[in-house]
Amino acid sequence: MKITEPHKEHIVAHHFANSKHEFDSARLGMWIFLVTEVLFFGALFVAYAFLRWSYPEIFVEAHHILSWKMGALNTAILIFSSFTMVMAIRSAQLNQRLKTSLYLITTMICAFGFLVVKFFEYSAKIHHGYLPAKYFVAHGASEYLHLFFGLYFTMTGLHGIHVLVGIGLIIWLLLRNRKGHFYSNYYTPLEMVGLYWHFVDLVWIFLFPLFYLVG
Amino acid sequence: MSESLPGTNYINAVSGIKSWLTTLDHKRIGIMYLLFIAISFGLGGFFALALRLELLNPGQLIVSAKQYNQLFTLHGAVMVFLFIVPSIPASLGNFLLPIQLGAKDVAFPRLNLASLYLYVFGAAFCVYSMVSGAADTGWTFYTPYSSTTDTSVISMTLGAFILGFSSIFTGINFIVTVHKMRAPGMSWFKLPLFTWSLYATAIIQVLATPVLGITLLLLIVERLVGIGIFDPALGGDPVLFQHFFWFYSHPAVYIMILPAMGVMSELVTTFSKKNIFGYKMVAFSSIAIAIISFLVWGHHLYVSGQSDYADMIFSFLTYLVAIPSAVKVFNWIATLYNGEIELKAPFLYFIAFLFLFTIGGFTGIMLASLSLDVHLHDTYFVVAHFHYVMMGGTVMAFLGGIHYWWPKMFGKMYSEKAAIVAWFFIMAGFNMVFFTQFILGTKGMPRRYYSYLDQFQPLHAFSTVGTWVLTVGFLIMAFYLVESLLNGEPAGDNPWGSLGLEWTTQSPPITENFADTPHIIHGPYDYDKVKLS
Repeated sequence: MKITEPHKEHIVAHHFANSKHEFDSARLGMWIFLVTEVLFFGALFVAYAFLRWSYPEIFVEAHHILSWKMGALNTAILIFSSFTMVMAIRSAQLNQRLKTSLYLITTMICAFGFLVVKFFEYSAKIHHGYLPAKYFVAHGASEYLHLFFGLYFTMTGLHGIHVLVGIGLIIWLLLRNRKGHFYSNYYTPLEMVGLYWHFVDLVWIFLFPLFYLVG
Repeated sequence: MSESLPGTNYINAVSGIKSWLTTLDHKRIGIMYLLFIAISFGLGGFFALALRLELLNPGQLIVSAKQYNQLFTLHGAVMVFLFIVPSIPASLGNFLLPIQLGAKDVAFPRLNLASLYLYVFGAAFCVYSMVSGAADTGWTFYTPYSSTTDTSVISMTLGAFILGFSSIFTGINFIVTVHKMRAPGMSWFKLPLFTWSLYATAIIQVLATPVLGITLLLLIVERLVGIGIFDPALGGDPVLFQHFFWFYSHPAVYIMILPAMGVMSELVTTFSKKNIFGYKMVAFSSIAIAIISFLVWGHHLYVSGQSDYADMIFSFLTYLVAIPSAVKVFNWIATLYNGEIELKAPFLYFIAFLFLFTIGGFTGIMLASLSLDVHLHDTYFVVAHFHYVMMGGTVMAFLGGIHYWWPKMFGKMYSEKAAIVAWFFIMAGFNMVFFTQFILGTKGMPRRYYSYLDQFQPLHAFSTVGTWVLTVGFLIMAFYLVESLLNGEPAGDNPWGSLGLEWTTQSPPITENFADTPHIIHGPYDYDKVKLS
């Protein structure tokens, strides 16, 4: 693949000694941010543990309502998107600008695909009235099943918002890559969004078995 | 940035409102934070004055019972989320951290500015809540009341949620700055103790605040669609909310007090011209407090019905916090021994902290013991205890820090005489308000009550009069600080004769802090080794 235009030389911010100093600082900051994200979701996993311990039967019941095939499909989509994200960074390191964009676009398509599957899942639940307490109207469900769906919608919804944010970030990366901002000496934003995207992937990898594979 | 001319500094380097609103300079961001924090303190103080006035007598005086509930909620929420959590780190910390490290700026200047904007944005939600049926839940937002009351809980919690992110961003920035931005020669054990305390604070901000964020989000979800996990009628458990809430909010107490302890270490060394006694112990005790702070939240739940075993473990762990806290107090006192003590205004606040925080700490140990807490839980004794820690500790150190670094921040001196007068009013007023409440609490006066038995009236009235004395002190302070900005004497680069790195640059500092990157040779408190010329 040929590069048509020269890349834009990156200027290191005035308070850093050099480009490596800047990159290392950004990476440390990003990891700390991901720690806050882990704690953010962590409290929800505690809530999950509490409910599962209090009402194990609703998790078994709900397991028959959720479609594990849809969940598995989404897991595959996200794992594949993490791979394409890594390849986007790799391409930037090798100065392959077009490839970077193609991999980013693939990642974004995966993210949209995930949301489309989620949309069909949500629609089915909403149609049958499997909703949080105030709107729960499903027939023949056990008394506390709404607790499961309250948690399901909160956790997958919050994860979905993270996927949306990820799409926004990837669009931002694509625009910057078009202007030639990323090359072998500067790909910090790609690396940071990459870390974020892997985190979003990882959260789903925990959500999938905890909600879909209980039985 | 071009080479700066003589007489230029971060304040006059560029001018115009826009240059402030878009600045990436940590010093300007710190000053703007200071302004907003001062406004928040005034607002929270106003609510305090109003609710104390209502408590002058048992019946209705100025507000209804519901308005009274709203007043103490707003007082607590404003003072906690808008004032005391950001107080020292976001204002003094932002201004000083890079200078104390010998850096040009924090690691992420844009993130720093974003955190200021988030703070203002979050504050706007809180103000909106105030004018649209203010929340009346208490600043703790306990369920199930908070999920059923008709007051505007959602806007207040959303405000606190956004403020939490402001706090997280400051924390991330500070951790990376301390790790990555130290000047050549600035090893970990040459770091000023204020920096150590900011580092420990940042760890708590980063680890605890997200849990508050999700808790408040769950409360919002509960109100909107009924997630049910906090509502016993739907199969949930309100005590779970208390666990979530205090998992953040107890460490948050140390977000409030640790930076204050850092200020104390700076004050005691400068005003006794001695090296700190046991530098490493003081530094590590900050980290120890940060770690233990995560293991003690259950002491807020002794009477909530949590298990007796949990009570005992939390009680024991709570006692542990006293050890690193006492290490600090003893080391400060040992530092004073044989020092050349100067009773300047900042040092007076050091003394205030030493006495008031120690009283707050000891009463905290009393409350940590199970049998006593059952008696004192939710009484004025608890109110007095945490005000001795928060106001007697953090606010006193904050005021000490403002007086100490004022000449560095603005290059002007304030009236020392007026400062001493204000200090006497503040000390007298504070103790009138809150020592009285220890007595009220032990006599059985419950907190958050609109009315009370006639026998409590003299003490309540005395406490209320104390708030007026306190107000006079703060008004004097506001007056002489503004006066100093307008007509103050030039302060010089190092008015206190301190060895701290921040005093080696000009006052106010230039935009990039130092003309040349400093090379650190001696520690920040080596008064026995280095003689100032």
